[in-house]
Formats: sequence, structure tokens, C-alpha cells
Amino acid sequence: MSASIDLPGFADPVTEAQATFRAVLDAMARPGTIHRAGQHLAAPAPLDGATAAVLLTLVDHETPLWLDAEAAPARDWLAFHCGAVLVPEPDTACFAVALSLPDLARFSAGSHEAPEVSATVVLQVPALASGTRYRLSGPGLREPEELSVTGLPPWFITQWQQNRTLFPRGLDVILCAGTMLAALPRSVSIEEG
Amino acid sequence: MKGYNFAYLDEQTKRMIRRALLKAVAIPGHQVPFGSREMPLPYGWGTGGIQVTASVLGRSDVLKVIDQGADDTTNAVSIRRFFARTAGVRTTTHTSEATVIQTRHRIPETTLRDDQIIVYQVPQPEPLFRLEPSRIETRRMHALADYGLMHVKLYEDVARFGQISISYDYPVLVNQRYLMSPSPIPAFDNPKMHLMPALQLFGAGREKRIYAIPPWTEVRSLDFEDHPFRPIRAPHPCGLCGATDSYLDEVVIDDKGGRLFVCSDTDHCAERRAAGHVGSEGLREAAE
Repeated sequence: MSASIDLPGFADPVTEAQATFRAVLDAMARPGTIHRAGQHLAAPAPLDGATAAVLLTLVDHETPLWLDAEAAPARDWLAFHCGAVLVPEPDTACFAVALSLPDLARFSAGSHEAPEVSATVVLQVPALASGTRYRLSGPGLREPEELSVTGLPPWFITQWQQNRTLFPRGLDVILCAGTMLAALPRSVSIEEG
Repeated sequence: MKGYNFAYLDEQTKRMIRRALLKAVAIPGHQVPFGSREMPLPYGWGTGGIQVTASVLGRSDVLKVIDQGADDTTNAVSIRRFFARTAGVRTTTHTSEATVIQTRHRIPETTLRDDQIIVYQVPQPEPLFRLEPSRIETRRMHALADYGLMHVKLYEDVARFGQISISYDYPVLVNQRYLMSPSPIPAFDNPKMHLMPALQLFGAGREKRIYAIPPWTEVRSLDFEDHPFRPIRAPHPCGLCGATDSYLDEVVIDDKGGRLFVCSDTDHCAERRAAGHVGSEGLREAAE
């Protein structure tokens, strides 16, 4: 058992979960905009405050959770505070936590009749608002928006284009770094810019 | 309030609704099923909208609730009181002061901003339900974007009546993909949904569906090149404030056939009157 299980969850679960949800909702509604979450949370290593806050807000026993090898040290904390059911295979997961970009094709993209039954990937990156610039366009954006992300590999664009062609099926990604988050719903188009 | 969680719903239910809302925003116009809960008021009184509002609402939000545009009707008053009691949030009747607006069957006349969220109460989320009773079939039609049946219905309207005879719940195509029911708002309000700066959330409690339109998203009312969509409005100025661009309610005022047309949006009408605008009824009262 790792020591991280001793760390507390939200001090005020109702208020903090609501604030985090509104940050994620706003981020999902306006792709590429950066929002704050998890400022008051003692996140278990290796998770950042925003990553841990998003998981506390959205994950519970109803949503199978997959962790990549780097996020695995936080498994006890997530199992205890979220009641999350950890699954070994990514294709059965509702939520996934990754510290480096996984192969997006390994996750469930939903079906044509039920595209909502798809995974949400919480991807923790080294930094938001600095690094490679991406140009986003699609629903939620009046005009194309720029988002800078540090730590995405060059093949991210190809992966995302493949995800985009599946629409209305597809994955949604929440990017987290420190206490910042941004979201990439499946409806958004991304170019390097 | 003692004995209840903040905003009535328990945290487990809110998480489930919040997950549905995020997927709904990611797939504009698609109906996401959710585990609708029994609420302390009957289905048909806005249980879907209330559950969405309860999951979104925070302590610093300011809530406005309207029923057919009015802040002072039974449904609006009781839902506003419900959240004032269970969440302790500040409520308002002013559209511009509100951060969350729950609505039954209208969109306010005042243009909404990008820091506002509008929550619609939806009785029937399936736009095809009068044409195809089977949910299994309509799900497949949405999957295939097969909306020919709706175009045939509109064409038959044109052939029989010379125009499309839908005055409310006029079907829209969201983001060029999903056919969506705008809830029973008048067709007059449809153009307000197109490229709206505010986030639009829809909750259907009895039918257990949630859907959404992100800000700045294309929302097109279905029509034909030679029969373009026309928002319908009674050809009168408001009797109280004289507005000629707002949606009007027709009010019977006596048993001799007397009629009065007034703004359906009570806040809009009151603000105009406070700013000095006077309609024909106001002028007559002043003369008496």
C-alpha cells in the first residue's frame, strides 16, 4: 500500500466538487479555454491538483477507471476516495488517467446509437499555456482558439484527427497541469499552429 | 436547509448527471440517457430542468426561473423557492443579473451572455416521436442521421396548408448533425439558439434524457429553399410597453371579445416600462 492513501480528499466535498465540475463544464463547452481546479487539494503523487480534483468530482463506483503505469502509484488513493473500480484493460474504462499520451484507439469510442458510452481520458501534461501551440475550432468557439500544451508528442495530431473522423463517436480529453485544466471534446478540430 | 444536501440532490446523483452533461456538451444535440430521480413535484413540472439546475448550481450563483416567459407564475415561483430553500442561492427576476436561468418554454428577450447558462425544461426530447413511436427506431435514425421523415412531414405541411404549420417545438438541426427538439419554445425563439453565447442545457425528467448545445454552435431550423423558416409573432405592439419586437401573449380581458396583447417576457416588459416606454393600454389608463 502506498503512503498516498493517508492524504485527504476535498475538505468541503459538495462545494469543491461543484466548483470543479463548473470548471470542467465550462472547459468542455469552450474547448481550449483554461480553467482552475484543485487549488486547495493535497493531491497524491504523481497526480497534480487539477487531475485529482477532476477525478474526485466525476469518478465513482459506477465508472470503471483505468490508470497508465505512471499514474498507478495513486491507485489506493483513488480507490479509497472515489470508490473507483480499477480495470486492467483500457477498452472497458469510462475514465482513464494517463501521464503520457496513450494510444487513443485502445479506449471505447461508444457506438453510433450510443456515442455517449465512450471513455473520457484525463491526461496530465507538464504544462498548459506554454509549449506547442495548437489551433482549435468547432462548436463552443466563435472563432478558432489557440491552446498551448507542453508534453504532447508529435503524433498527437494524427491520433486526434482519427478520433475526429469517428464523430459522433469518439473520446473526450481533459488536459490537466498543476491547478489548470482545459478540455478537448470530440467535436473539436485541432491543427498545429 | 437541514436534512437535505445542498441543492436537494445527493452527491452520487449529481455526479451521474454531471457526467451525462459533459457527454451531452461533447456531442451537441445528442440525447444522453440519465437516471432521472423522483423529485418532490410531479413529472411535467420541470423535474428534468430542476435536476440539471441542481447539478450545476453553486453557492455564488444567481438563479432566475421563468415559465412561459413569466417570473410570477406558479411553476416559476415554486422552483425559485425550492432552490432558495434547498441551496440558499440568491434568486432574481432580472435576466441580466442571473448566472443560471431555468426556463419552461421561452428564451428571454434580452440577449444572453457567455457567462450565463440556460436550462430548459423538456417534456418530450425526441423530435421524431410523433412520426415514429418506437424509441429503438428513432435511436437508429439519429445514428444514421436519417431525418427524411421529418422533411416529408414539413413538405406535407406545405402541400396541405401552403406553409410549415409548426408554431412551437419547431425542429432544429444542431451543428449540422443531430435533429433536436428545442423544447416547446415558440418558433419565434428558435433564431436565438443559433450562435448563442450562453451554454444551453436541456433536461427531460420523465423521458430521462439530457442534451446540450455549446456556445456559438450552429442551430438551424429545418426549412426549404422556397419555403424558408419564418419566426411567427402576433402582428401587434405590446399593450403595456409598446414593444414591436417581443413575443406576445394574447390575454382575454372581458366577455365582449376584448383582447390585449402583452409581452410574454415579464422582465423585459417591466424594464421597458421602467425606462418610460408606454403601450396603448398604458396611454388609455393615463387618459382615464
